[in-house]
Amino acid sequence: MSGVRVLVGTSKGAFVMSADGTRRDWRIDGPFFEGWEIYHVKGSPVDTNRVYASQSTGWFGQIVQRSDDGGKTWDTVGNQFAYDGVPGTHQWYDGTPHPWEFARVWHFEPSLSDPDAVLAGVEDAALFRSSDAGASWAELSGLRNGGTGSRWQPGAGGMAVHTIIEDPTNPKRLYVAISAAGVFRSDDGGVTWTPKNRGLASGEIPDEDAEVGHCVHRIALHPSAPETLFMQKHWDVMRSDDAGDSWREVSGDLPTDFGFAIDVHAHEPETLYVVPITSDSVHYVLDGKLRVYRSRTGGGEWEPLTKGLPQEHCYVNVLRDAMAVDRLEECGVYFGTTGGQVFASPDGGDSWQAIASNLPRVLSVEVQTLA
Amino acid sequence: MSEIRVVIPTHLKTLAQVTGEVRLEVADPVTTERVLDALEARYPVLVGTIRNPETGARRAFVRFFACEEDLSHDPPEHPLPEAVVRGVEPFFVIGAMAGG
Repeated sequence: MSGVRVLVGTSKGAFVMSADGTRRDWRIDGPFFEGWEIYHVKGSPVDTNRVYASQSTGWFGQIVQRSDDGGKTWDTVGNQFAYDGVPGTHQWYDGTPHPWEFARVWHFEPSLSDPDAVLAGVEDAALFRSSDAGASWAELSGLRNGGTGSRWQPGAGGMAVHTIIEDPTNPKRLYVAISAAGVFRSDDGGVTWTPKNRGLASGEIPDEDAEVGHCVHRIALHPSAPETLFMQKHWDVMRSDDAGDSWREVSGDLPTDFGFAIDVHAHEPETLYVVPITSDSVHYVLDGKLRVYRSRTGGGEWEPLTKGLPQEHCYVNVLRDAMAVDRLEECGVYFGTTGGQVFASPDGGDSWQAIASNLPRVLSVEVQTLA
Repeated sequence: MSEIRVVIPTHLKTLAQVTGEVRLEVADPVTTERVLDALEARYPVLVGTIRNPETGARRAFVRFFACEEDLSHDPPEHPLPEAVVRGVEPFFVIGAMAGG
């Protein structure tokens, strides 16, 4: 019988949650890597037994873990992320030059076609690739050295490549998003990159429609419509229908358009999910109510989804990598909160169930659909 | 060669899959650098967790103690105290006290 495996990274360890296709009864394994920050756990879409985890602390740095049995057992693999050449400087919070320095891996993106290939987005912002299942890493330095790197600046959480998307119809086309620089696209497999931020307007930077400097929180793409991208920016929900060449706002009737996470329904390319957050200075949901908003019109018109979610005294955030969808016939939606809750909806968001309610701060949620 | 007793923090014990003290054969003169070289050679998973693998610089939140002294800021090629060399006292790798 089909099933799902939900991979959860928290501030104090990782958890693996599994269920059959009904997604009602859950088994929770973990914590793995107790006491470490687990920024991201993600499985290969080619080999669902292969899973990568980013394990780090400020004390002892970066460790990379790999499982080849679906998260039951883990082995450390390569943790050397050396920038290509002399890395130079980016902007610090006050606009002064600051040396590039590796801190941690924020995001792993396993290849859509090769189980041994995986990309890593890191802080300070750069993109690395491994072609040996994480044993060694080499920077795709055309991103950082593409001409605008010295103008990138950190968001509150640091300056990182936090989103990586491979075009499922064209393996040469990649997208990344960086806080706070914006979206970049490569059409040559990651060798060269171009900023793709036309149409974004950000009041937090001196020139609000600058080529780079935008605090893009997350981008998402539906496999059947790879020219269409959706974005949750610092403020504003945006969409592009030309592979990022231009963007337009689709925040529409959202109660607030600040937020972090955004995702697309597995089978409906115009159905989106966001979790509006009060504001840039108040990082929890509006009015103490945890509400996912769904648009069935590709943005613009949104409906709150509340069944099974706390509707009073709830003051949590949903971070950028903490929402995912499965690919079962009835699409499941998952998200985790800074209050340690992990919620699942087996019916596209109509109703929700807490898989776990008292975990450490949830940093990431991914889901694998199992045959 | 001297047998050096080394105590590493819990998280690094977990990574290295050890319990208790680690005992390492280290060539004389015994220095912080040589102890860490021997530690990383025995447990490659610790490369990068204590010091920068390229520059050798101690990570900011890691400290080195021995004989009730903080040796964190001594040059890494500086000889360690005789009591550490003779195995009377361990060499401590410590995660800095910073909450968490």
